[in-house]
Amino acid sequence: MRLLYWLAIVPVFFLLIGPVLHNQVHPLILGMPFPLGWISIWIAVIALVMLVIYRLDPRNGNSAP
Amino acid sequence: MTSTLIILALATLFALGLGLVARSGHDMGLESWTVGNRGFGAILVFLLMAGEIYTTFTFLGASGFAYGQGAPAYYILAYGSIAYVMGYFLLPAIWQYGRDHHLVSQPDFFAHKYQSPSLGVLVTLVDIIALIPYLVLQLTGLGIIVAVAGHGAIGKDTAIIIGAAVVTIYVIVSGIRGSAWTAVAKDIMILAVVMFLGIYLPFHLYGGIGSMFDAIAKAKPGFLVFPAAGNSVWWFVSTVLLTALGFFMWPHTLASCYAAREAKTFRKNAIVLPLYQLILLFVYFVGFAAVLQIPGLKGAATNLALFKLVVAQFPPWFVGVVGAAGVLTALVPGSMLTMTTATLISRNLYGAINPRASDDQIVFIAKCAVPVVMAIAVYFTITGSSTIVTLLLVGYSFVTQMFPSLLASLFPRLGVTREGAFAGIVVGVALAAWLTFSHASLGTLMPFLPAGIRDVNVGIIALIGNIAVLAGVSLATRGRQAIAAE
Repeated sequence: MRLLYWLAIVPVFFLLIGPVLHNQVHPLILGMPFPLGWISIWIAVIALVMLVIYRLDPRNGNSAP
Repeated sequence: MTSTLIILALATLFALGLGLVARSGHDMGLESWTVGNRGFGAILVFLLMAGEIYTTFTFLGASGFAYGQGAPAYYILAYGSIAYVMGYFLLPAIWQYGRDHHLVSQPDFFAHKYQSPSLGVLVTLVDIIALIPYLVLQLTGLGIIVAVAGHGAIGKDTAIIIGAAVVTIYVIVSGIRGSAWTAVAKDIMILAVVMFLGIYLPFHLYGGIGSMFDAIAKAKPGFLVFPAAGNSVWWFVSTVLLTALGFFMWPHTLASCYAAREAKTFRKNAIVLPLYQLILLFVYFVGFAAVLQIPGLKGAATNLALFKLVVAQFPPWFVGVVGAAGVLTALVPGSMLTMTTATLISRNLYGAINPRASDDQIVFIAKCAVPVVMAIAVYFTITGSSTIVTLLLVGYSFVTQMFPSLLASLFPRLGVTREGAFAGIVVGVALAAWLTFSHASLGTLMPFLPAGIRDVNVGIIALIGNIAVLAGVSLATRGRQAIAAE
């Protein structure tokens, strides 16, 4: 279970590293400059990963979020 | 113009009415007034926490930042979601401890965990110094909105005083319930307004979001990406991480965490809040749309970007609707900040002098403190200048200094002592104040560092100093006391 918690770091890492590796306007992501679009996508992934962690976390019982 | 002002007045009355209604059916003892008797479900806690995202600082500040600086503004979008991830693991523990020991404020936590009233007083003082500029910022935003939206019919100062009076009344009457219920109205309104503006303006003015950004990239090359030095990508990474650490250290944020009914609430919110944060994109779109439309705003005037564009593009009644949303984004956080500051003064300063004070006395003193706090904030707002922004930055770097001690207190085996926590916070806060007021950066302090590292947010120095002193002093005083094992 503890191992699962570390999953939360993965999208945070990718969110931060994107603008470092590709600090260019193009390609636009969803019409946005690359760094902004990249950050937005990984924020959505963070939400998804937290949903997975929530579902598998025994402390939350079996009820849906 | 009159229709604009009528809508603004209606929004204000509506907020006031909602605050008064929220009170009904609840006796207003200490735990009811400050933390809603710890009975808030996921949705109300969500709204209190989300209220931190949509303050006037984001509404006017984020659009103004995007307008004035371009890419560095992206950091505001990023740090919140990282803070929520931390919140998943951190907040349930803080909430549990707060409920078990009837804590209602952030210094309560430190004083109780470390068994040290003096640590509680230290944290209180730092909190108050950090909170006042934050409150001033909300009032400044309020003044800007009313003055620009009403074409100067109501002066900035008059608007600030009326707004302050409204906040004072409903904080005294309804406490946290007023804030939570007004937050519902505020969030619905701001969501609708921001999404409409963020989609309509780029499409209407530029033919689409992609073509808007293409036009800006062509007109101002480099504006949409991080600069090579200064606010570079490394500044972005370090600032996002530092700001995320400070996020839950704001005393009003931590206090709203106590209001939850169950620990699961925070874990649920860690899923939804990042998505909610994405609405900020639309605020950026408005700011970027203004870049080529309302050129030439500089310095503090960049905060006007959103409103200038709205006034230029829409009929007066719609300016009133946007203005009303803006007024609510100032009033809701304003009331949270005022209530927190007043509670700190009564519970953690007066209460430290007179430990036998009853809960009723504490509530009474807190309510007396509300108009005093408000008067101080109004004074600084009206006489203040650009130094407010500096003060807010100091505030953020101050509260961040609580993080090492708070985290360490959750892991008793680390053996951090009360002396260590105290010394760490003092050193961290002193360094943070010095760094901010001297406008130092890693580049000016240590020019020999490689280019990327020179751009790292200078706040990291205060945090490292804090942790080093905390560890050193804890080692030296270990054995004299252990942290209360819970």
